[in-house]
Amino acid sequence: MSVKVPSSMEELLKLIEEELKPIKVEVKNERRAYVEIRREDVRKAAKLMLDLFEPLRARLSTASAVDCRSHFEILYHFTISQFGAVLTMRCRVPRQRPRISSIADIIYGANFIEREIHDLFGIVFEGHPNLERLILPDDWPEGVYPLRRYG
Amino acid sequence: MPAEKPESRLEKTVELPIGPYHPAYKEPEMFKLYVDGEEIVDAKIRIGYQHRGIEYLAQRMTIQQIVFLVERICGICSTSHPICFCQAVEDAMNLEVPDRARYIRVLIGELERIHSHLLWAGVALHLIGYDTLFMYFWRYREPVCELLEELTGNRQHYAMICPGGVRRDIDLKKMKPKILRVLDEIKEPIAKVGEAVAKDKLVKARMVGVGVLTKQDALKYCTVGPTARGSGLKIDVRVDEPYAAYKEVGVDIKVLSEGDVMAKTLVRVLEVLESIEIIKRCLDAMPNGPIKAEFKEYPVAEGVGKYEAPRGEDIHYVRLQGTTVPYRLKVRAPTYANLPSLVPQLIGESIADAPIIIGSIDPCFSCTERVSVVDVKEGRTLTLTMSEFNEFGRKRKNPLKVK
Repeated sequence: MSVKVPSSMEELLKLIEEELKPIKVEVKNERRAYVEIRREDVRKAAKLMLDLFEPLRARLSTASAVDCRSHFEILYHFTISQFGAVLTMRCRVPRQRPRISSIADIIYGANFIEREIHDLFGIVFEGHPNLERLILPDDWPEGVYPLRRYG
Repeated sequence: MPAEKPESRLEKTVELPIGPYHPAYKEPEMFKLYVDGEEIVDAKIRIGYQHRGIEYLAQRMTIQQIVFLVERICGICSTSHPICFCQAVEDAMNLEVPDRARYIRVLIGELERIHSHLLWAGVALHLIGYDTLFMYFWRYREPVCELLEELTGNRQHYAMICPGGVRRDIDLKKMKPKILRVLDEIKEPIAKVGEAVAKDKLVKARMVGVGVLTKQDALKYCTVGPTARGSGLKIDVRVDEPYAAYKEVGVDIKVLSEGDVMAKTLVRVLEVLESIEIIKRCLDAMPNGPIKAEFKEYPVAEGVGKYEAPRGEDIHYVRLQGTTVPYRLKVRAPTYANLPSLVPQLIGESIADAPIIIGSIDPCFSCTERVSVVDVKEGRTLTLTMSEFNEFGRKRKNPLKVK
């Protein structure tokens, strides 16, 4: 896949709009943008961003999971050094069936954070090469997730 | 982590678990090295031995309290997390920090970078058995720590930062000559010691061409900080997304392309020298005025804060819910990003070089010591203390052969 390298944050957001058809685009200021994408598109989004890593000096800084009670949110924070900005891709994951495709085989940097989210929130990353415990001790009880909100 | 595991070769290899205690520092994590003779064929990393549930605690504390909580995440880069957290809160609130506070943040941050890098350089040389230079580096670190104590009241955990600015002002009239004197005193010796490292035959033999991280791998593993800059990636939050007063003060980032342990060491030495210049420019330009922005209440909003800690980019994500207690705080320290990149660095190297390679990313977890060696072929296990393991590193011997 080859895409034209965007020369500004606006062009990058436009490219994402064309490629991913996001649900919502929210530009907070010139340094922070939030894009809500569909859960099925996460691998496509990762591939799109990976191609831009070298030309835009970008990287996946981390991902944050948030328990919003009705659903989970996973926020992939991409640092775009070229524009001095953080592009956050937001993904909703239903609480009843907390599953999402893994991007760890596309972006190696996502490997640890997906395992961490799996530990702390119980979200299953399908297709992860090695979804073992990372943070919690080996004798931690199954099905107890410290950062989930109960009640 | 590499998808293509050399399965046929793995069968013949010996599994060498190092940990859960750090082979280089007094901090716990687990490395499983698969070795074929002396050569490392694959590596697996397990962390979490020092998981303290900071993010869980943060959901039950007020924002003013969290500043002190995150300050205790790390004992060496102890101003990085508070600044990063406060910047995330300020980003969520669209709060402007007063000029003087921005300059004070730069001053404290750069002094911290100097002492952190000097500490690391000393430890790295200690790992390869060069204790003379270790003593030299730590000798020049001491006046910087003393300076921080005089400025903030503490050698570590300065408690200077709060959302909207800094908590204490500094007496520039009294402190500026002192700071400049200390910087002038340490600048030349550090440059000299750095040169000694770069030119010393023995240091070169242990560091040049060892633990190479290619630019492609540095990109793929999303590495940050001196680890990435030693591999030719020109990334630095201070330049790319200038926070505090870095836009006015300016930073000349140092990039080396070799990617080996030597490059990562020299990048840090050069950064110390650059930090000295940054502090001088910062002191010259520091304006007068208020040190804290006032605000009434916390909104319902989310924010991302970024900070270039001594070890690389630090990132905090905070979601505020309109009360003094945040709904969620996510912390990503730089070592978390750099740690997976150790796998390509370790593969193909010898066991004796493992401590210095693992040390080369300047990892930061927390403490104790034990290494065990497992010979899969013969099914025997040998447990070593960290100092014994480091001894093998210094003497370049395979622990399995000794027993």
